[in-house]
Amino acid sequence: MANALHIVACAGIVPDPLQTLEPTLAPTGPAIRNEMVLPAMLDPWAACALYEAASLIAKNPGEPQNPSKLWLVSLTPKAKLQQVMMTVAQKLSFELVPIDGPIGGFTDAHSTAAILAETIAALPGLDRGKLLLFGGWESANRGAGVTLQLIGERLGITDQFQGVDQIELRDDGPFEVLERVEGGRHQVSVCAGPPAVLGWATGNLPEPRNNPQIGMDNMRTIMPVLQKAKTAALDTNSLRYVSATLPAQQRTTRVVKDMHPEAIAQEIVEWIGKDS
Amino acid sequence: MTASSTDWSAPGLDSETRESSPLPDPDPAIDRPPMEVDIVCAGFGPAMGGFLTTLTQAWNDNPADPAFESRVMPGMPLQVLCYERADTLSAGVSGVVTQAKGIRSSFPDLNPAEIPMAVPVTDERVFYLLDPIGASRRSLPLRIGDFFLRLAGSLVLKDRAFELPWTPAFLHKKNGLVLSIGQFNQWVAECLMAGGLVQIWPGTPVAAPILENDAVAGLRLADQGVNKSGEPDHNFIPGMDVRARLTVVGDGAIGQVGAALNQNQNGAKCWAMGMKFVIELPEAAADSELRPGTVWHTIGYPEPEIFGFLYVHPDRLVSVGIFVPSWMGDPARTAYRYLQHFIQHPALWKHLKDGTLRSWGAKSLEESGRRAEPPLSGNGYARIGEGSGSTNMLTGSGVDEAWTTGIQLGEAVLELLRAGKPFTHQNLSAAYETRRRASWIERGAREAENARNGFHRGFIRGLIGMALTGLTRGKLSLPAHIPPAHRQIRPFSFFAASGIKLREAAELVLEDGRPLHDALMSARGWPEIPFDGRLLVTQQDALLMGGKVQAPPAFADHVIFRSKGLCLLCDEKTCIAMCSGQAITLGSDGAPVFEREKCIHCGGCLWNCAQSPDGVNGNIDFRAGAGGLHSAEN
Ligand SMILES: Cc1cc2nc3c(=O)[nH]c(=O)nc-3n(C[C@H](O)[C@H](O)[C@H](O)COP(=O)(O)OP(=O)(O)OC[C@H]3O[C@@H](n4cnc5c(N)ncnc54)[C@H](O)[C@@H]3O)c2cc1C
Ligand code: SF4
Ligand code: SF4
Repeated sequence: MANALHIVACAGIVPDPLQTLEPTLAPTGPAIRNEMVLPAMLDPWAACALYEAASLIAKNPGEPQNPSKLWLVSLTPKAKLQQVMMTVAQKLSFELVPIDGPIGGFTDAHSTAAILAETIAALPGLDRGKLLLFGGWESANRGAGVTLQLIGERLGITDQFQGVDQIELRDDGPFEVLERVEGGRHQVSVCAGPPAVLGWATGNLPEPRNNPQIGMDNMRTIMPVLQKAKTAALDTNSLRYVSATLPAQQRTTRVVKDMHPEAIAQEIVEWIGKDS
Repeated sequence: MTASSTDWSAPGLDSETRESSPLPDPDPAIDRPPMEVDIVCAGFGPAMGGFLTTLTQAWNDNPADPAFESRVMPGMPLQVLCYERADTLSAGVSGVVTQAKGIRSSFPDLNPAEIPMAVPVTDERVFYLLDPIGASRRSLPLRIGDFFLRLAGSLVLKDRAFELPWTPAFLHKKNGLVLSIGQFNQWVAECLMAGGLVQIWPGTPVAAPILENDAVAGLRLADQGVNKSGEPDHNFIPGMDVRARLTVVGDGAIGQVGAALNQNQNGAKCWAMGMKFVIELPEAAADSELRPGTVWHTIGYPEPEIFGFLYVHPDRLVSVGIFVPSWMGDPARTAYRYLQHFIQHPALWKHLKDGTLRSWGAKSLEESGRRAEPPLSGNGYARIGEGSGSTNMLTGSGVDEAWTTGIQLGEAVLELLRAGKPFTHQNLSAAYETRRRASWIERGAREAENARNGFHRGFIRGLIGMALTGLTRGKLSLPAHIPPAHRQIRPFSFFAASGIKLREAAELVLEDGRPLHDALMSARGWPEIPFDGRLLVTQQDALLMGGKVQAPPAFADHVIFRSKGLCLLCDEKTCIAMCSGQAITLGSDGAPVFEREKCIHCGGCLWNCAQSPDGVNGNIDFRAGAGGLHSAEN
């Protein structure tokens, strides 16, 4: 396929789930305790979207005078994003578009989508006819899971796919998308071509390995744009959160030796069953 | 520097040692894409923080300074890259109480409130802890001393602890700070990245220095996409050669870049395993005597050789930990269970008992200080921080010392850049070593050099030696012959465990499959730990707390047993007893087995092997690896 792609991946950040995450009530509403202290990472679904985008661009680089391009747009606190970039920017090439925002995911999805849509619409060189808007289908960051859809609507993109696990470009412009549906099955759709919104589930790609050369090249552009990141004026008054709870979580550890895998599986099934 | 074929032998390393290692010579057929930078750095701890901060501040003061012009990318500023092994820059483990002299000189307007978990030191105390259980191994003189203390009763004792009437001056951290190393490193990294000059890349272990024609020409990063033994596998990406005119080695006590350059000095070192908990005190404790900035040092319990600490952070967080030294000859030495007994000492437990464990971690400290100082620089490289012998074991501090060596190298590099001089051994020695030798770091290191000698001849002699050294500022000290780490471990048959105790322990092992050292502690009279799932949890559960342990896929194993035959013949198996993550366990064939997924990279196995295939190094080959703890609070 000769047509170049312009992929815009939207990704927020979340506290590293390996940390102890504790809900608390801050003056601004529900929050995670000491969130600024915890290391952060890209929202996992959005990270899958970004890896898929990079792979799609690698397979479909366009032409030298008309190359494919990947932007990563992120509305997050700048200091935290900078930290996350130290891990992500070694993995794949992209142009970062940071918007300095508040910590925590309890933001109004409409307000977030408005800022992101406005930023994307203003991206220099972006060709709407080549645009694939990528992001997470869900968010691990307490979002309502509707942000991507709302950005698409604001940009007037009507072809929207959610829970995407695969995209296959066809030679003549259209592409085939696999969306998750109930029962672990996929719905197959064929879309005439960009612009389209794709909210990714896990996709099929592993996390790309670190490549120091990519890291060094990326950082040359990332640091200056981070320093100049505009600040987002998010609407904080339109929503009031009444309460927040963590998903029920329990752990029982037992050390066993020489137990048959089937017996272990049986025990785990019974243990899970107790919870339901 | 011209490119030529790479020589993988470390200068000065004797060939016999190299042959005994199973490390395969890197396949010369592998095409390793090189990358050219100006300065490449290994490890991001306080030492590297000091170095990079010095460079960044100078650049921010005058970005037009021609000294900062890159050679490899003309027209661009100096290309300075730093590679850190751990997955995040906040994954360090340390105390920390520090005088912060060097840190404050870098940040004259430092406001501790800007660094999470930081607070000025408010109160310092030293306690001698009696054994409330009767299980600790105390010599006769110590027991006599304990008897008299007990006799004096509440006149001198409170909660089975004797508070020293004064804190010796050498221990004082007046005007200092209590910090979390994870938070401090993260804060420094944020400042640096915002400064815009340097790039810091976590999750990227450096495999080795690139040695060429008697010079260090850069760093080789670890291969990715390999199997456990390091052979190319699915999606193989060869570790890149990052070539630079200056390589800065700040990979700490157990770093493999430093080790490769160490000219085989590893043998006669003193080590300690520092293991700590971060505990959140209950709300009611807010007005207890554990106010933020409180610093306690302890001696005497759980074993006389084990020193302890308790530092209070803001927000009711407490760092509490112990140091298990290599000179504690017991082959069944272990840190986790001792730490649990330590926090249950009445003097601590009355404050901690209703607390919640937030985080846990461990790391080896290099305790030889100046005595094991390796070459500080050579052609194309310089070494800073704990791996360069900067940690002061008299004052019990390493963070500010490491930071300051970083500043000194930073200033030296600026001087050489401005003078247009190359980074030769001679120039680095004149600019960096001279600064260091003339500074308080060197004075402190000289005073501390022999401070801990006495401990190799017993606890009481150790205390006397330390006091003598401290009070005379290093003029007097006790002499000692310090054997290599593996010979500091006494054979099982020789050590205090009587045959009966060993048999009892063996029965426990058979009964519930626990490790021998743990069973041995129970057989010696240490009570079982009353697990409560909140503060007292199993070691396996601790791996899942605070910042869980993780190993990214597709990296090779970094703990290698050089000779399996030697392991099969080894009775002590101290590697298993001291493994902080229980990542080394006993395999069904009687040899130890390593599980990378549980390893916290504490480096304990590096110095806790009781045997040596070559008379100098232990039977474990410890290499650069990825993953480990994710805790940001340690
Ligand atoms: C439990 C404990 C308590 C302590 N308490 C105190 C205290 O109260 N006060 C005090 O002043 N000091 C204390 N110390 C000592 C202090 O932490 C050290 O002296 C200090 O951290 C040394 O700094 P450094 O920069 O030289 O090395 P480190 O902090 O060890 O940093 C070295 C870095 O290099 C990285 N690295 C290693 N190998 C590689 C590789 N191959 N590739 C890439 N990266 C690599 C490591 O992951 C690490 O991040 C304590 C230590 C421990 C363990
Ligand atoms: S590594 Fe082998 S030789 Fe060394 S202590 Fe462990 S079992 Fe013994
Ligand atoms: S195997 Fe890992 S956790 Fe165990 S002692 Fe060695 S470095 Fe520490």
